[in-house]
Amino acid sequence: MGKKLIFHKILILALLFGFQLSAQHNHDHGGHQHHGHNHDHGSHDHHGHHHNHDHHGHDHHGHKHAHDHSKHDHGAHDKGHGSKGYATDCGSPGHVHEHHGYDPAATAIHHISDANVYTILDFVRIPLPCIIYNKDRGFEFFSSGKFHAGHHDNGHHGYKDYVLYEGNVHRIDCPNFKGSDAFEVEGFDHVTVKNDEGKDVDKKYAIINGKAYLLEAKTIWDAGILGGGPSSFYDLSPTKNVISMFLVALVLFLIFRRVAKAYATNTGSAPKGIQSLMEVMFQFVRDEVAIPFIGKKKHHKYLPLLMSIFFFILGLNLWGQVPFLGSTNVTGSLTVTMILAIIVFIVVNINGNKDYWKHIFWMPGVPTFVKPLLAAVEGLGLFIKPLTLMLRLAGNITAGHIAILSFIGLIFIFGNAGQSLAGSSIGTALAVPLTLFMMAIELIVAFIQAFVFTLLTASYIGAATEEHHH
Amino acid sequence: MITFISFAPFQPTPGLAIWSLVIFLLFWWLMAKYAFKPIAEALRVREEGIQDSLDEAKKAREEMANLKAENEKILVQAREERAAILREAKEAKTQIVNEAKDSAKVEANKILNSAKAEIENQKKQALADIKNQVGTMALDIAEKVIRKDLKSDSNQQSFVQSLVDDIKMN
Repeated sequence: MGKKLIFHKILILALLFGFQLSAQHNHDHGGHQHHGHNHDHGSHDHHGHHHNHDHHGHDHHGHKHAHDHSKHDHGAHDKGHGSKGYATDCGSPGHVHEHHGYDPAATAIHHISDANVYTILDFVRIPLPCIIYNKDRGFEFFSSGKFHAGHHDNGHHGYKDYVLYEGNVHRIDCPNFKGSDAFEVEGFDHVTVKNDEGKDVDKKYAIINGKAYLLEAKTIWDAGILGGGPSSFYDLSPTKNVISMFLVALVLFLIFRRVAKAYATNTGSAPKGIQSLMEVMFQFVRDEVAIPFIGKKKHHKYLPLLMSIFFFILGLNLWGQVPFLGSTNVTGSLTVTMILAIIVFIVVNINGNKDYWKHIFWMPGVPTFVKPLLAAVEGLGLFIKPLTLMLRLAGNITAGHIAILSFIGLIFIFGNAGQSLAGSSIGTALAVPLTLFMMAIELIVAFIQAFVFTLLTASYIGAATEEHHH
Repeated sequence: MITFISFAPFQPTPGLAIWSLVIFLLFWWLMAKYAFKPIAEALRVREEGIQDSLDEAKKAREEMANLKAENEKILVQAREERAAILREAKEAKTQIVNEAKDSAKVEANKILNSAKAEIENQKKQALADIKNQVGTMALDIAEKVIRKDLKSDSNQQSFVQSLVDDIKMN
């Protein structure tokens, strides 16, 4: 098993890609958590923790556990699993249920989701600050290092009543729960149950001291239609996506500061180095986007916004493509594109002139009975425009990430979740060319989506500020 | 409640929303102030400079072309003038030569005429002299004849003969 593990690490490294999908680890993890005993975690290196445990076997700890996890009698838990009734009571007895096999969809979604820890290649986990607004206790600040995140970014420890599940801070939804600054979390489990309306609802549990505790996710502003909703706390932490955004913005600023300085010191001579590279893109946005849509006279005012949008999106798109850097999915995150779309919406509409509003609410040149109809359509269009901006960018980037992750997932699908060496090899032979192809496409998409977002923004601004001559 | 999908990347979270708003607004402001505006301005200045240079070059080229045309015009004029001068000179030469010839002829005629007149005069003078001498001689002869006649006929004849011989000798 150890050899296979190393083989998988090599495969992943060979792919030059920052995703780690070893379902085999899951297996080990489950095995470890199964005991439900209190180990001395304080002295363990948490990155290697379950690996060591796996190698040394259960006997190492000298527990009385006679049964191997694979033969474990799940009994009542299995009955409850997949239907309602699993550990519904707060703190009812439970343990980590093993989810055998490899779920490509869940793994892919996990890897493109935001997280409270910056994980690079499943080896390096950079703890990030956590800023939580709790409705009961107010603001709380702590480091996500307190969770001692391990494989799948699940925390081995809990803090107060928070735990880290799949990279995200969750709160234990149990009034009787007595937390501490560092309590051990044996593992997590999730079941899909039917709610009162017969809909499938995913319920997540943390297993602590042999008891299952229902988890509450952070507040999500989706009015419940995207599987989220309000909860008892807000997570305002600078997450992996926030850190990526900050780094990309900083790098872009430093690059452009240098370019701007080069223009000041290099006046009268031809551009060189990074200056020539940026000048090409700068002039492209100015001459192909800003001037044709907004006009030579007015484009100066909107040029900084268009440039900021273009380079911000392009930088983040490319950042997400870099292997080994956590493969963040910032521009594929609907929250980020929503903010960009809202900014565009505000800029367009506060700069809209009389003609623009007239064309929306009382279209000139059409029969009077058509005017209210057009007003309804145009009024809707006002909001649909930024909505499409938001969805197009997030959809394209997320889709690209999922496609790449799916191709890499072939290794584990063919490899029978890490059990078959031959299967893994076939999977790798398929995954490498497909992933390379997809990455090449994604590189183009990174530029196209940044361009399209900027172009449409310019066209909306152009339409809002256009002067009509009737 | 309706749930479409439960897809974490598409779930709008307040934390990420606030952070991305703050980061993007800061990015926009800083980039506009320290990067995009100076760059746009530098590019505008440079482009205007290039346009000006091009315009100037075009103007200079046009001026050069004008100058060249003018030069050629002047050259053509000069050539024409030269030809005209040459032609005039030729004409003048011919005229002068002809005039000289004419005047020489007139002069020559004059000299000839005066020479003829002189000759005539001399001739007339000579003839007058001869007449005078002949007259004198005739008188002498006549005088001698008259004187001899008076003595003998034969003598007279021989005398006349001798006189005639004398004339021939002269």
